[in-house]
This record gives sequence, C-alpha cells and structure tokens, in this order.
Amino acid sequence: MLSTNRVKKTKPPIIILLFLPSFYWIYLLLIGNLGVNPIEKLMDNLGEMALRLIILTLIISSLSDLRFFRSLVTLRRTIGLFAFYYVCLHFSTYIFLDHFFNFQFIIKDIIKRPFITFGFISFLCLIPMAITSFDGMIKKLGFNLWKKIHYLIYPAAILSSFHFFMLVRANKTEPIIYIGIIILLLSYRFYKKIFIRR
Amino acid sequence: MKKILPSEITPYSTYLNRRKFVKTASAFSIAASLSLSAKALHNNDSSKYISKLDENDELNTYEEITTYNNFYEFGMGKSDPSNNSSLFNPKPWTIKIEGLVEKPLEINLEDLLKKIEIEDRIYRLRCVEAWSMVIPWQGFPLSELIKIASPLSNAKYIQFVTIFRPEEMPGQKRRLLPWPYVEGLRMDEAMNSLTILSTGLYGHDLLNQNGAPLRLVVPWKYGFKSIKSIETIRFVEEQPSATWSMVAPNEYGFYSNVNNTVDHPRWSQATERRIGEFMRRPTLMFNGYEEEVAHLYKDMDLQTYY
Repeated sequence: MLSTNRVKKTKPPIIILLFLPSFYWIYLLLIGNLGVNPIEKLMDNLGEMALRLIILTLIISSLSDLRFFRSLVTLRRTIGLFAFYYVCLHFSTYIFLDHFFNFQFIIKDIIKRPFITFGFISFLCLIPMAITSFDGMIKKLGFNLWKKIHYLIYPAAILSSFHFFMLVRANKTEPIIYIGIIILLLSYRFYKKIFIRR
Repeated sequence: MKKILPSEITPYSTYLNRRKFVKTASAFSIAASLSLSAKALHNNDSSKYISKLDENDELNTYEEITTYNNFYEFGMGKSDPSNNSSLFNPKPWTIKIEGLVEKPLEINLEDLLKKIEIEDRIYRLRCVEAWSMVIPWQGFPLSELIKIASPLSNAKYIQFVTIFRPEEMPGQKRRLLPWPYVEGLRMDEAMNSLTILSTGLYGHDLLNQNGAPLRLVVPWKYGFKSIKSIETIRFVEEQPSATWSMVAPNEYGFYSNVNNTVDHPRWSQATERRIGEFMRRPTLMFNGYEEEVAHLYKDMDLQTYY
C-alpha cells in the first residue's frame, strides 16, 4: 500500500513537474521557436495538457477505491488545480494572443461555434471547483454541498473532450481515446452508485 | 529525393534582389537561377505579379512556406510534411490525362516543361483553418495543359487525383482520409487565368511537402482545393467528388471559395492570421481576387454552394 506520507513527499516535485511544460512553451514562444504559427501551437499544447490533467483527476478518484492507491487522493486536488491553471492559460491565449481582446468577435465565436461553446462551458464548470479547493472549504460549505460542486468535473470532462473531438479535422483517434476513458470511468461511478450503495 | 541543404535554399533577401534584377536582365539569368530540372522556358515578366500584391501584403519566407503545411499524406501535424516526406521520389513523373478527351495521354513532366513557359505568380493562400500566406509560385496556367489534353465538348468538370504511394507517403498507411486524395474544378474555373499548375516556389522546384513535382494552385479557393502531387487529370461530365467534401459535406463544399460571409462550424472565416503576423486581418472576398473570378459565380447562391 502507498502510504500517505510517501505520496505527500512526491507533491513538491510533482508541482514543479507540472509547471515545467507551461514555462517551456512560453519560453519557446518568446524566443520564436514554437513553429511557424506559434499562437495556435501554444493554444493546442495548453489545451491538451489541461484535458489530460482533468482526466487524470478522474482516474485518481476511481483508483482510490482500491486500498493500495487510496492515498493518491491527496494528489488529486493539486492535479485538478493544475488542470485549471492550464485551462486559464489556454483561454487567455485565445483571448489575448489569438484575438487580442476583440470581445465582439470572441462572444460571437463562443455562441456560434459549438466546439468553442463546449470549451467555454467546461471552463465555467471548473471555476467554482477551483475556488472551493482550498483548506477549510469543505467545512465551510458542508461536505454535501462541496461534493455537489465538485461533481462539475463530469460535465467539464465530457465537454472538454468533445471540444477537442470537434476541433480535430480527421483521424479522431486521440480524442476518441480520451472520450473512451471518460465514459469508462463514468460508468464505473454509476455502477458504484447504483449497485454498491454506501 | 535528397534532402535540400540549407545552402541550396535561396535566402529571402537574395530572392527579392533577384526579382528586381530580373526586371532589367535577360531571360537567361533567371533560367540559370532555376534549379536544373526546372529549366523550362521562363517568363521574366514578374513585375505585374508583384503589383498584384496589396500594399500591406508581404511575401512569406521560404522557411514558413516549407515547414507549415497541411499534406495529410505525410501526417496530420503541420510539420509532419517537412519531416516525413524525404522518402518521396517525384522524379521521373508521369501525368495521366484521361476521361472525356480526344485521346488519353501519359505525359512525362520533364517533356511537358520543355514545351511550356513557366511564369511567376505571387498569390495569397488562404487555408480554411483561418491562416494565410503569400507565396511566390512558379508554374503555368492550367489552361495550357487543357489545350494539350483537348477535352471533348461534354467535359464540364476536371477531377484531379494525388498519387497513391503508401511506401513513400507514411500518412497513406493510415486511414486519415480516404486515399487517394481527389479534388475537382468546374471547367470555367479551370480555364480561369489565375488557375495554375505549379512546379516551384521561390525559384526552386517544389519540395515534397509543398506537393512536388506538380500541384494545383487556385488562389481564390481554400487551400485544400489546391491538390498536391497530381498524378491523374480526368475530364468528366458530372461534378466530381472531392476528398474533404466527401468526408464532411456540411463543412466543405465542392466550390469552397474563400468567402468571409459563409461561416464554417469550426473557424470563423471573417478574419485570418497571416503567418508571421500577430494581429488577425480581415479575410477578403474570394481571397482578394473578386475582380478576376466573381463573374464565374454571378447567378449562384454562394450560401448554398459554399
């Protein structure tokens, strides 16, 4: 069994590790080494990273049902917050670098293009979760309300994987893998809820 | 094909200087500047194409044009075509002309280039993904080849087919798209003087990632219409199928004219990012070639025939 202490010790290196890609990509952008269309590349990298981290938090939740992995749950919040961090960077790249605060255009884009609508709603779902991710919040809100808020991870995961799915023009293997994992984890949750009432 | 050495690539500034020089020099000097296999007759009157650039259009660099490509035959990433195309061998090359023609032909490209005059054409290229470039092509009007093909009077459309060589084109080993890639034009679009078959850019033979050795360039349509590495040119009576409009008919129409008023479900077509620029710029109707081509569509509802 992984001891909570051992898992806790991995937290600082994991935090550094999760910051690194963003620093690296921003560095490449600044030195002009992120390819010929750097804004698009940066946005894609950040978005993909965010989606992977969202899925990772779901995987941890399910894994922690196994005694051996139970202590991993102490990392879930960190990873979830990093998912939010990457979504924020992804979204600000879109607002600032891609459209340079052309809000008239951006609002139309969000409303008219379903894939952007999905991405945007997913972003909105993550906000209350991020806000209530700090120590003491569970106590303040009560466990039930807190838990309800954090169910938002499901719509966020589904919407953001579809956001990715709809963006890809051909060969949707990668988004389909993500959607598959999410469906698998979700059905496990449902199964648990219905058949193993606790 | 051997990898092109950086030293073989004409630096951007040299290219511009050469263009200035050419205006006053003999045709011989430009012919000598072309790489050996492209030594077709060369029209040195490039000034009229430069004047076609809008004031705020600038040529994209050779690096930009040759490292940022959509050519799924070599993979889906933008840099895949430049990274994965070294096995592709575009020489020698035979073009098959078939369908509704007096006599089906197989033409060797090098022989063809001996008969045809190569011209410079500087065109904007607008990708459906809302990015764009300005590219100095070398090529010849498609109408020249149509003349040689002598199509029958019932030939109303042309279908183009990209070569299928999965051993040399790694993307074709996977089912990214139904292979081979096909595209089509209506006869009057094909005959329009803007429509060219390109053999080179920046004074060099086309690199594999840009569609060597012969590709279509239709500057008022989204980039995917400009089919690359063409093997077959087929004259037909009915509107032929085209790969992207087969794959997703609600997103890509047969015509696919650059049209800032017809929105695409994925990308707004109102603006575009010119590669190398930070701010987006408004997309021009027919990619700025309205004067030359709008008449082709004057009785058509472009919202329906997108």
